[in-house]
Amino acid sequence: MKISARLKKPLLTLAVIALLLWCAMDINWSSLSRFSWGSFAATLSRICQPAWGDFYNGTSEDILHLMLVTIAIGFFGTTVGTVLAVPFTLLASANLWNNRILPRVGKFILDVLRSFPELVYAIIFIKVVGPGPFAGVLAIGVHQIGMLGKLFTEEMERMDETAVEACHAVGANGLKTMFYARLPQLLPLYASLVLNHFEIAVRSASTLGLVGAGGIGATLIFAIQACRWPRVGIILLTVVVTVFLLDLLTSQIRKRLR
Amino acid sequence: MKIKDTVHYAWKKHILVLLLFALCLYSSIRCTQADFAQLAGNIGQVGVFLRKLAHPDFSYLPKLISPMVKTLKMSALGTAAGMLLAIPFSFLATTVVTGNRVITNAVRFVLNVIRTIPNLLLASLLVAIVGIGEATGVLTIAIFTFGMASQLIFESIETIDMSPLESAQAVGANRLKTAVWAVWPQIASSVASYTFYAFELNVRASTVLGYVGAGGIGVKLNEALGLFKYERVSIIILFIFAVVVVVDALSEMIRRRLK
Repeated sequence: MKISARLKKPLLTLAVIALLLWCAMDINWSSLSRFSWGSFAATLSRICQPAWGDFYNGTSEDILHLMLVTIAIGFFGTTVGTVLAVPFTLLASANLWNNRILPRVGKFILDVLRSFPELVYAIIFIKVVGPGPFAGVLAIGVHQIGMLGKLFTEEMERMDETAVEACHAVGANGLKTMFYARLPQLLPLYASLVLNHFEIAVRSASTLGLVGAGGIGATLIFAIQACRWPRVGIILLTVVVTVFLLDLLTSQIRKRLR
Repeated sequence: MKIKDTVHYAWKKHILVLLLFALCLYSSIRCTQADFAQLAGNIGQVGVFLRKLAHPDFSYLPKLISPMVKTLKMSALGTAAGMLLAIPFSFLATTVVTGNRVITNAVRFVLNVIRTIPNLLLASLLVAIVGIGEATGVLTIAIFTFGMASQLIFESIETIDMSPLESAQAVGANRLKTAVWAVWPQIASSVASYTFYAFELNVRASTVLGYVGAGGIGVKLNEALGLFKYERVSIIILFIFAVVVVVDALSEMIRRRLK
């Protein structure tokens, strides 16, 4: 079987290429035929000349204000998500329960919460509280329950149980072991996860505006549709710089936590 | 645990952090015009939604097969293109092969910028520049994969065993030869597993890409949401969830075979 082993790699490569070609044949490439490098370059150069005047002009429609709202949505949404994730974590952690069914149920709920895209939540909450930043907060909050709940549960199940055992041995009940053995170990880890998700939340808050859930997204879409490229440029620049700075800030704090 | 780590030891700092947090929370509540009364009043809407969601419209499933196949094809193409582009750039993003700090920092900066743009914004930008269509979806997925994968690949390049590199250089291999014969064999299996990981993420993300008209199953989701047909939304999301689970299982199987 020496030959087959030698042939395996080229055959595999050929199969992958054939598969990709088969995929490529079915895609409708017609939108690319209208694409021209000239107009692309022109658009790009106009995006690269941001309209600085739009950044701050004192009204509530300027980019700075919208970006602050976006950060606020991310912050408040993450807070809501974190607070609501705690009970689900307690339900889903297998090492807190003697029975096997309850943690399964908890994990299933978290999986379901996570499988819906944020945009779907945003659309539901727009029906509940009307279009605006608060709908974005709730959408991010509910989505973060699923994400943070899963990560919190994993940390809880992975933690070192010796301190818990020591507490049990001197007669501590469940609540006391939670406060004196589990929380001191888990809090820095949880804080680090929450900070990471704050950054993710700000990033998604900047897209939720697409469906009317507040933040900078709506303004960006209107600017794109109206082909106001310098305005698109300043909005993109603001989003990128903000996310970059938040990334830097949260990673500094997370390093301290370790 | 040291005495320094206890709550009482640095209570002034803790109170300061708490105050800062409360201030941020208060201002963000003001800023987002949170109205809990309205939330409590209209919470019934969530009930209506959930009830409809609990009754997925299974008769709609046959119509979803072909957009789903298209989504999978778009994701496969986008992932392949993105990965092919990511491999050379991730070599440039480390000093392991090039030995040049300036190139490394420049490439990393560009990769960071690409990664900070949320993929929905990327999709809407490309829709505006290139036009609506499936090709735009493939392009978005490719750029998104490029940003994510090159980060993962250059991180794994940084952790490789350096001795094959040294021996390759000792027998006079140039930089390209070192990259191909000393570095690539060490990272090939990780690159393969990142490819499947990226593919899975892209299938998930394609739900959202349809929202801006970039083709695939997301377009169906968008239609159903726009018409408030939550029974259909439910079946679409269930279907995507099932496909992601299958893709996940398949990629897990292939990755185990590769090792």
